[in-house]
Amino acid sequence: MPTESLALDDVSFEIADGQMFGIIGHTGSGKSTLLQHLNGLLKPESGHIIIGDVDITEPDIAMTEIRKRIGLVFQYPEYQLFEETVAKDVAFGPRNLGLAEEEIQERVREAIELVGLDYETFKERSPFELSGGQKRRVAIAGVIAMRPEALILDEPTAGLDPKAHKDVLKMVEEVHRRTGNITILVSHNMADIARLCDRVLVIDSGRVVTVGTPKEVFSRRRELAEVGLDLPPVTQLTEALRQRGFQIDETILSVEEAAEQIAACLKARNTHNTQNVRRTEDK
Amino acid sequence: MIRDITLGQYFPGNSWVHRLDPRIKIIATLLFLIELFIVDNFIGFGIAAVCLGVVIAVSGVPVGYILRGLRPILMILIFTFALNIFMVNGRVLWQWKFLHITAEGLELAVFMAIRLILLLMGSSMLTLCTRPLALTDGIERLLSPFKKIGLPAHDIAMMMTIALRFIPTLLEEADKIMKAQQARGADFESGNIIRRAKSLIPILVPLFVSAFRIAQDLALAMEARCYRGGENRTRMNGMKFAKRDYAAIVMMVAFLAVIIAESWLL
Repeated sequence: MPTESLALDDVSFEIADGQMFGIIGHTGSGKSTLLQHLNGLLKPESGHIIIGDVDITEPDIAMTEIRKRIGLVFQYPEYQLFEETVAKDVAFGPRNLGLAEEEIQERVREAIELVGLDYETFKERSPFELSGGQKRRVAIAGVIAMRPEALILDEPTAGLDPKAHKDVLKMVEEVHRRTGNITILVSHNMADIARLCDRVLVIDSGRVVTVGTPKEVFSRRRELAEVGLDLPPVTQLTEALRQRGFQIDETILSVEEAAEQIAACLKARNTHNTQNVRRTEDK
Repeated sequence: MIRDITLGQYFPGNSWVHRLDPRIKIIATLLFLIELFIVDNFIGFGIAAVCLGVVIAVSGVPVGYILRGLRPILMILIFTFALNIFMVNGRVLWQWKFLHITAEGLELAVFMAIRLILLLMGSSMLTLCTRPLALTDGIERLLSPFKKIGLPAHDIAMMMTIALRFIPTLLEEADKIMKAQQARGADFESGNIIRRAKSLIPILVPLFVSAFRIAQDLALAMEARCYRGGENRTRMNGMKFAKRDYAAIVMMVAFLAVIIAESWLL
């Protein structure tokens, strides 16, 4: 077909155990395609994907084995809910793994609590009558209940209101901390990525632009601008202040750090000004 | 996977055939199909095949791509071929117990197979070279004379447009849901038929929910833009015959004349 194109090309990177790994890129940059390769939904035409000591691109690998290791939460995961009750829906994944009933129930309870919902109040409710944020938590719980070694979240906060956004991110952080597993987070929100992630990968037109710590990545302002990505708002502010001659460090990523440095600057300026005033008075 | 379903596939291009007025293309296709039924000998099929070949060559659609579209009817083709070849009585060419092949049967079998193949290739050229939206526009215009006898031409066309428009959307939605459930370990391929049917529930329920949501959103969006049906509705790109369309009409008439003359004379 004349409509075919290359979705991913020359993509190489590593993720260490226990890392929170961020992936950022413009719409249509190949993020979602990349994620689907990571749990075997798509197979690369060439190249390898190695998880632990298993190469999942081997032709004879069992798909359930991959799915057990890698949990993928799609964009708008609430659209995959289908069962009559929340508990049954969350149990869908573990049940597919062929676990014993007791183990399933235990995992369901744990997963629902882990995403910050009360098991007793929610287990018997229909997933279709919940609020947007709650639906999303239930859908994420459905993947967490499979106890994957790595959890991938594709824009877990897309389309949520500011409070639900904050809550879901907090939950992701909490799950990451409690399980100590790899978490891969895709987001359009640069502030979230800068705050949460240990390492960040920038992707554009199916190619890796850069990989590094948030500080390294967000210090490459020009490259990011070229692929249509912004700096986190706080970094934009501090960079603008730096250009106005403020003595602030390069690439500040947290609001707290920025506040501290700006306060220090202002204090220095004030003492400087007062000294000037004194000097004029002396004359 | 699910996207391989080719239903009225459009093959993007900008050839002479692609740019023809959709009304002309619809009428030409209908005429071609009727002509295939007028024809009663192989020479007529030869003429039709040559004409179709020229259209295909001009359109730039790869022949292999069109032939791939024949795959779904391969079974029907084989079935009718076998039926004709064994069932017709006449001069016996070959016999084995109760099975016999006659010269007449063989001729009829080949004749019907050619007719079926030409029918399918001819009609697939229409959808391959016409954007779905242009196609429904064309149908609406062609049906509009029947409005006088109460045929809701606009509504029919609008329904077709919407249905066509949402085939890819729903396929994409189904694909997404399928992948999401696969990521949760769902298995659609193994097990007996009951298990497999059951395994579709996790896809069908969310798909229906999505379809209703999409339909509601669409209805709202249409109402918000004051859609009130076809009465006095004008369009942004009115259909106008260009020179090539008149040329196509001349060719159509010539083709029709040749076919009628040929089947009359021979």
